[in-house]
Amino acid sequence: MPRNRRNRAGRAGLIFGDLWEFDPAPETADPKLKPRYGLFINGSFVRPRTGRHFDSVNPANERKLAEIALAGPADVDAAYQAASRAFRGWSALPGRERGKYLFRIARLLQDRAREFAVAETMDGGKPIRESRDFDVPMAAAHFFYHAGWADKLEYVAPGRRAAPLGVVGQVIPWNFPLLMLAWKLGPALAMGNCVVLKPAETTSITALKLAEILQDAELPPGVVNFVTGAGETGALVMGHPSAAKVAFTGSTEVGKAIMRQLAGTDRRMTMELGGKAANIVFDDAPIDQAVEGIVNGIFFNQGHVCCAGSRLLVHEPVAERVVSKLKNRIRVLRVGDPLDKNTDLGAINSRAQLDKITRLVASGVREGAVKFQPPCPLPEKGFYFPPTLFTKVTQSHRIAREEIFGPVLSILTFRTVDEAIEKANNTPYGLSAGVWTDKGSRILRMSTELKAGVVWANTFNKFDPSSPFGGYKESGFGREGGRQGLLDYARLE
Amino acid sequence: MLQRNPLAAHARLLDQVGTVDQVGIEERVAKFATRSIKKASKVWGLKLAVSMTDLTTLEGKDTPGKIESLCRKALRPHDDPSIPAVAAVCVYPSMVRHAKRHVGGTSVRVASVATAFPSGQARFRTRLAEVRGAVADGADEVDMVINRGAFLAGEFQRVQDEIAAVAEARGDAALKVILEVSELETFDSIRAASFLAMRVLRPGDFIKTSTGKTSLNATLGNNQVMIEAIRDFYLDTGIPIGMKPAGGIRTAKQALQFLIAVKETLGDAWLTNRRYRFGASSLLNDLVRQIEKERTGAYQAPYYFSEAAESY
Repeated sequence: MPRNRRNRAGRAGLIFGDLWEFDPAPETADPKLKPRYGLFINGSFVRPRTGRHFDSVNPANERKLAEIALAGPADVDAAYQAASRAFRGWSALPGRERGKYLFRIARLLQDRAREFAVAETMDGGKPIRESRDFDVPMAAAHFFYHAGWADKLEYVAPGRRAAPLGVVGQVIPWNFPLLMLAWKLGPALAMGNCVVLKPAETTSITALKLAEILQDAELPPGVVNFVTGAGETGALVMGHPSAAKVAFTGSTEVGKAIMRQLAGTDRRMTMELGGKAANIVFDDAPIDQAVEGIVNGIFFNQGHVCCAGSRLLVHEPVAERVVSKLKNRIRVLRVGDPLDKNTDLGAINSRAQLDKITRLVASGVREGAVKFQPPCPLPEKGFYFPPTLFTKVTQSHRIAREEIFGPVLSILTFRTVDEAIEKANNTPYGLSAGVWTDKGSRILRMSTELKAGVVWANTFNKFDPSSPFGGYKESGFGREGGRQGLLDYARLE
Repeated sequence: MLQRNPLAAHARLLDQVGTVDQVGIEERVAKFATRSIKKASKVWGLKLAVSMTDLTTLEGKDTPGKIESLCRKALRPHDDPSIPAVAAVCVYPSMVRHAKRHVGGTSVRVASVATAFPSGQARFRTRLAEVRGAVADGADEVDMVINRGAFLAGEFQRVQDEIAAVAEARGDAALKVILEVSELETFDSIRAASFLAMRVLRPGDFIKTSTGKTSLNATLGNNQVMIEAIRDFYLDTGIPIGMKPAGGIRTAKQALQFLIAVKETLGDAWLTNRRYRFGASSLLNDLVRQIEKERTGAYQAPYYFSEAAESY
């Protein structure tokens, strides 16, 4: 190659400007919200006995969306009583009858997919592209999948009989409100259990809208009950003496508190907690697709993903290339109005979460990591954070150890396969990991040695109702999805 | 023995330029298809696409008369004067002088396929002579095909030497190198062939997906592999190479998706017909139809557009 080509290369850069700016393309479907939601107990919406409500706010513009009932001890008690009463009839129904209800729920959800997608985006801040193409269709898929299991339970554990546990208490997080609800309800109902579920306080709306679908599906009263509120309500749901099992998805900190609360009881538990996943890129990986996977791994849902690939481990020979490609890639991410169909990164779920992200990013800068944020205008109102990369991160940085739960990627390098494995496993978490290489045998070795519930190879953040999901170590225990997830809601006789 | 083993040669080439993961590419381009382009940005994109079109006729039954009507359409795609002329007309070498008569001296360039298009299966001397002849007749641009047989046999040096010889023979004309992606089959090979070509091209030249004469032509996927190769080559050498997807792009909606891929991969500097072209024929009328729809709010009947069943 002639020498002068090199000289020109020094000046070569890409221009991602506003030559062709997109006009706003907002999704306009009506989310059909009510001004005020009661608790969903025994098949109908009831006023909370506390007499209190709290506001659910749209994080994209800080405007109030609806008032949500605050459930106290008497309300949670009523929900458990309704569930216990419903259990006898529900669990005695033939599986194929329970399956019919689940099919109905799935279809009704598909019928109202756009409305639910808009509601999910307004309540939680995620881009409409994701709620439309991922959250709502996946939620429906989980109901369909478990509807399919309901009449095949005699095959779920060959030679043994799978019986329901009773009433299960479930608490779900704010990052995938509707999807986590589907993950929890699907297996519990298919197996014949009854449910008391508490959505996260910032994102209760789609659960309450789903309650309308449960009514339309004529699900017997009391089989599913939704109580809304914050942490105290959650503790009541988790600690209630009539619960045969509790299932929790959320932070490791709260998960530990629940386990302490329930220590010494015979309560069954499923915990799906935090993560600090390593996304490992080897020098023989298809680099552009790895970059895409890295972007998908950390910026999906603004990084509010427990299995987010928040630690990037890059093989030293390609580190510079990967980072420079990554920088070019995130320059074209569109941050802004979550309801705009072209938005890639929506709003951070709450002011509290935005503060936490800001704090941890500041600690990264303070501890000497190098921050990169593309120039990107953010809306004035609402909670937003630009996509952020940190290079020169080491294992001892806080941003490499703590779960940030935001659009922030910490980039570390490694030299050998062993070093990659050691660094990837050097975390109290173990929910997921990603491996990018052209070499099949290396993928197999990594998937055995990485202590993570899910290991993705040459892809990231892929989910399917038939594929069990869950963690190692402080990322929790129990599985959701697949046969394994179903068995976590069964007693084998 | 290793030296002559085609698979090893392929592997060495991929070692230099890197591999492509098919699933990942398809996921990436699926995101372009979800972009929603509305109102003014849509009109801007549609007009840009018109200005990037290489209006093409490559048929055995082409006549000077057919070429004339193609050229008229190229100069004035619709009654609306705000709709620009297309970038070029693309014809067989025997038609170059006829095309030149109608568009010579205008902004519309004459592109000629050459090198025994579409198969390339003629003696190399004959192929070179065809290139010289087309340029002598006035072709501003030459669309050549690579030697796919040699590529698949692992004779990469020969493939590249032939491109270099054509690049020499075309004189001042711009060169577009057709990889014929459907015959290379894999994304890995498409990326490798892109680099083989770009290394002997000069700024203002293009790489091009297909002849339009095989079953599979331009797709968002192979377009993406090639524009990523162009981007990597540009960042490495500073030499900007253009891109021309050809064949199979029939609707305005498709064209906008290709342009979104360009905007988000190569950036603003490639959003011009000096660096990006569409090889197409029926696409033009759909672009015009959509522009008219944006202007009037309604779709117009097909007979409002100068369009015949198979030609202009």
